[in-house]
Amino acid sequence: MSDTTPAPSRPLPQADEISQEFFDGAMEGRLMLMKCAGCGALRLPSRRHCDVCLSDQTEWVQASGRGVVRSFGIMHQRYHPGFQTPYNVAFVELDEGVRLPTNVTGIANEAIRVGMPVVVDWDRYEDVALPKFRPA
Amino acid sequence: MGHPMRGATAITGLGITPMGRIFGKSANELAADAVREAIEDSGLRKDEIDGLLINPGITGTTGGGIGLGLQNYLGLNNLRLLNHMNAAGSTAAQMVQYASLAIAAGMANHVVCVFADNPLTEGKSSGSSYGGASRMPSRPQGVGGLYQHAGFFGPNTSYALACSRHMELYGTTHDQLGAIAVAERAWAVKNPRAQMREPMTMEMYHASRWIVEPLHLLDCCLVSNGAVAVIVSSAERAGDMKAPPVYVLGMGQGHPGDPLRAGSDWETETGAKIAARTVFSMAGLGPSDMTQLQLYDCYTYTVLVTLEDYGFCAKGEGGPFVADGKLGPGGSLPTNTGGGELSGYYMWGMTPLSEAVIQGRGQGGERQQPNDYILCTGNGGILNYHGALILSPNRS
Repeated sequence: MSDTTPAPSRPLPQADEISQEFFDGAMEGRLMLMKCAGCGALRLPSRRHCDVCLSDQTEWVQASGRGVVRSFGIMHQRYHPGFQTPYNVAFVELDEGVRLPTNVTGIANEAIRVGMPVVVDWDRYEDVALPKFRPA
Repeated sequence: MGHPMRGATAITGLGITPMGRIFGKSANELAADAVREAIEDSGLRKDEIDGLLINPGITGTTGGGIGLGLQNYLGLNNLRLLNHMNAAGSTAAQMVQYASLAIAAGMANHVVCVFADNPLTEGKSSGSSYGGASRMPSRPQGVGGLYQHAGFFGPNTSYALACSRHMELYGTTHDQLGAIAVAERAWAVKNPRAQMREPMTMEMYHASRWIVEPLHLLDCCLVSNGAVAVIVSSAERAGDMKAPPVYVLGMGQGHPGDPLRAGSDWETETGAKIAARTVFSMAGLGPSDMTQLQLYDCYTYTVLVTLEDYGFCAKGEGGPFVADGKLGPGGSLPTNTGGGELSGYYMWGMTPLSEAVIQGRGQGGERQQPNDYILCTGNGGILNYHGALILSPNRS
């Protein structure tokens, strides 16, 4: 028995039924998006139906992994023991138009700017990888 | 010929409990206190109430909040209208709207609309009640977990991101956001019900700690335990009732949809822009007719973007517009005259609505402002949901 308590970690997402390909792709360094087989609209796999045409027929496409910081903030209030403040949070808009919540890596918080070009930078764990973004 | 709903109904009763760190009462008990006071205020008998609309606060999600069971707690029997509603901060205005439509359709005579919440726990911080971390699973399912892994907690994070984009696109500054906080505090000083009555300087605003940069603590609303109830009646009945009626001249809503969808400008264009067309059209009025504003102010930024979306100033010019202090006492556009949610009390959309009723009755005391036309708004979610009313002491 170890007498040390492991440091609390960030909540680690795992695949649900509709996001399996997204998380499988992530483990291989591919950022996968759902593409509506009806109208071609792209989305994160958060819902089974296309939010443009309501088709439930989907395909998967690999995103470029490039985008821009749409907005960002610096978290100072600590709400969860898995996070050390201050840290940044951001919405990145991919070149494909899809947006996702993430963190910007490889840059000081003070240097992050809205509109900054970024590229995917995987945060890898034993059984999951999460898309973060570093300056392009 | 005006719109048939213009002036068809009025707010005829108001009940407000003590606000803030009020402990020892359940949400049902707080609601009952507010409803009792609203009924007494209206002069109605309890058995004349034939409609009840119920809006829980955050405790509707976290547990213990009011729900349909409130009907039985209040002993309201043989109701002709009942529902449990939740479109977040827009609900209070919406309850008045649905009550008004039902009354105009002959489905009810006197509808109680009530909000109650008690998220604060003795000895715990305000932030812990809304951050959601304690309810967060260690392995969230699906891509929704991207929010949790990135460390988004509660509305503070998302509103900060919306604000950061406005600041980048339009050059909005902390001095401008601070002007809103300072103006609202100056109103709160004049409101005996307000939780924060110590005068605030711009230096105090700038010195307040970051919550989520670009939002300081003093950019963020309070968290309150308490309850507010209003009664809506037909304009015909309202004229003969005990309290001075506050007529509903306009009603509107706007709900722009998923912020993450491609092409959305959710950060800088809110549901207020959609609601504005409906509410002004119904009332036959425009922004320049408004004599005071009661705007939902979960954050300073919410006030700024709402002013733009209603056309009080052009998009992007909200910062310079508020910077001269026109929202505060002595200013040209009195706004949130009770201190709002930033400095008064946080009862979701009931904060602006309750102050609008007080002002509409001319009962604002030393903070009373010209009240011919009062724009009263509610905003909920992350700028997702919006409800609006135009209220007046005059039916026409």
